[in-house]
Amino acid sequence: MSNIAVLVENVSKRYRIGSRKKAHDSLAVALFDFIKRPSRNLKRLRELSTFDGSSNDSENTIWALKGVSLDVKQGEVVGIIGRNGSGKSTLLKIISRITEPTKGRGETIGRIGSLLEVGTGFHPELTGRENIYLNGAILGMKKVEIDHKFDEIVDFSGVEKFIDTPVKRYSSGMRVRLAFAVAAHVEPEILLIDEVLAVGDAAFQKRCLGKMEDVASEGRTIIFVSHNMTAIQSLCERVIWLDDGKVVEEGRPDSVVSKYLQASFETLTEQLWDDITIAPGNDRVRLHLARIRPEKGSPLDRISIRTPLVMEFEYWNLEPAAHLNLSVCLYNETGVMVFNTAPVHEPMWQGRPFPIGLFRSQCRIPGDLLNDGMHRVQLLVVKDQGVVVFRDRSVLVFDVADDSQMRGEWHGKWRGAVRPNLKWETEHLK
Amino acid sequence: MEESVFDESRLPRASGKTTVFEAKSGWRFIDFHELWEYRDLFYFLVWRNIKVRYAQSVLGLGWAIVQPIFSMIVFTIVFGKLARIESDGIPYAIFSYTALVPWTYFSNALTQSGASLVSASSMIGKVYFPRLMIPVSPAVDKLVDFGIALLILFGMLFWFEIVPTMWSLALPLLVLMMILTAAGLGMWLTSLAIQYRDVNHGMRFGVQLLMYASPVVYPASLVPDQFRLLYGLNPMAGVIEGFRAALIGMRPMPWDLIAVGFMAAVVISVSGAFYFRRTERIFADVA
Repeated sequence: MSNIAVLVENVSKRYRIGSRKKAHDSLAVALFDFIKRPSRNLKRLRELSTFDGSSNDSENTIWALKGVSLDVKQGEVVGIIGRNGSGKSTLLKIISRITEPTKGRGETIGRIGSLLEVGTGFHPELTGRENIYLNGAILGMKKVEIDHKFDEIVDFSGVEKFIDTPVKRYSSGMRVRLAFAVAAHVEPEILLIDEVLAVGDAAFQKRCLGKMEDVASEGRTIIFVSHNMTAIQSLCERVIWLDDGKVVEEGRPDSVVSKYLQASFETLTEQLWDDITIAPGNDRVRLHLARIRPEKGSPLDRISIRTPLVMEFEYWNLEPAAHLNLSVCLYNETGVMVFNTAPVHEPMWQGRPFPIGLFRSQCRIPGDLLNDGMHRVQLLVVKDQGVVVFRDRSVLVFDVADDSQMRGEWHGKWRGAVRPNLKWETEHLK
Repeated sequence: MEESVFDESRLPRASGKTTVFEAKSGWRFIDFHELWEYRDLFYFLVWRNIKVRYAQSVLGLGWAIVQPIFSMIVFTIVFGKLARIESDGIPYAIFSYTALVPWTYFSNALTQSGASLVSASSMIGKVYFPRLMIPVSPAVDKLVDFGIALLILFGMLFWFEIVPTMWSLALPLLVLMMILTAAGLGMWLTSLAIQYRDVNHGMRFGVQLLMYASPVVYPASLVPDQFRLLYGLNPMAGVIEGFRAALIGMRPMPWDLIAVGFMAAVVISVSGAFYFRRTERIFADVA
């Protein structure tokens, strides 16, 4: 057991959920209920903090974690994925000692920094400068450390001009940048991160990812919880999939993530395989990159129903003179295939034998075509018009957001697999 | 052999120390070592409370004297002039202000401390730090207001040409008693308040009632002798009468009230710390 940074042994956590209120059936009952309420409230509030093991106890409690065991080595970057409510955040809270486990134990070696939410303890009345000190101290830094890193933090946040202005006058973006800047400079030996990348604009998210890569490359341990599979795959060495409070699968990011994606819908807008020896595929074709992005933007940008998209695939052809064809199927979240497309009218390489080498195929999806919701891309590489040499059932997953401008007067969900903006004309005839 | 018995790679890194998390139960006392580790955070919490209290206000720290001075004026008119409550032969204004300096500290520190956990609940759910700092910091930061009000008190004594007695040397003991009581009750109330919000509703009202159980508007000499020690169980009785005796000197130091009150203050603060530490493990879950 050498160089363990985080050890979790058979940890379970039980939470109490509020018991449902019964409806009153008459005024008299309601009145009687009103008089009796204090004693019932007292009982209910007492129950929140105790577990008596009585029979109706199981109805009102949930096990957020059920016997989770794991260990993380020093310097390892581990991702935790899972649906909402699968216990990911609870696990981080237990590791960071915010709450105690109901059963089990564990230990951590080294200073822990948790980014469960950036800006914890920020006070709107205090200035940026004062909040850096307060927030830094809350995150476990000593005053001298903050003094030492102060300029660096201000620099990273990019709010120099407003550093002596109360934070309540900041825009929400500035607040987040300042908060992340403080958090990023805590330099703990173990860093717990819960979905911080859900904030800020794309440029800032990129900087956050870059900062996390720096932290990881300095040999610190990171446990990273996210729904962003793109970030998980690019940062983590190992991924743990939690479902219903239990560890379902753990192992290499690409295999765990792809299994997880087949069971759920999370976004994965870019995948890059640097190492050709372990990239998905076989000795005839191996993938190098798959990416979906707005025509003028990056894979981290928001996609709306109006956004024109570009799908890119890069792949190694390892067999001389192969006749290769891509086939892409797009599925929506109900499992319906929206379309199937292939480069049959591609002008340059269609019908020509591919020499050995790296190829890129791009496909444009116009705006005003897809409906809102999650979409999954299945990629097939076909040889000689019929032999499937490679298949990835969810090579990309992306979310198409609704666009308020396009909604018009209708406030419900627009139905249908596609949502084209068709041209309509109405004339007054008589 | 110079070779070390330890395999270097098996040791945690330089600053790495092992922290255990596990299902615990039962009583625990204050972890002083951990509090010391987090002393900078405590400093910033106190500093934040002071800073925020007077942010964007015209009078700023001046508010520290407005509250006791105005209470003094109202009490002097209502209890001194109208109700003619006796004041041990001292001008009623100085009689009541001497009591209001510790009392204002006590009531403000207690209310803040009692409400502290609920207002810090988002912080408690997001990051670990010794929770005890939350209710204790208001009891420390209110000392700034107390100090300012105390300076005004010395000014008033000078104005009324009253020379404090040598028992003023005992003031630090009385101040300690006052802090222990405010922090101890604060720990009790705030850990109850995070589970039962009724405590928050009842607190202001309770503090007001408690003022009449303390010799703020009347002298303790009005309390019948057979109830005097029972009365002294309220540590603020000893504190306030002690302040009067030490600074004005019309009566001897009430050592009986102080002794009983000090014991009560120790019991309140130690039991408060124990109760707080016992319940703190559920704070993040119920907050």
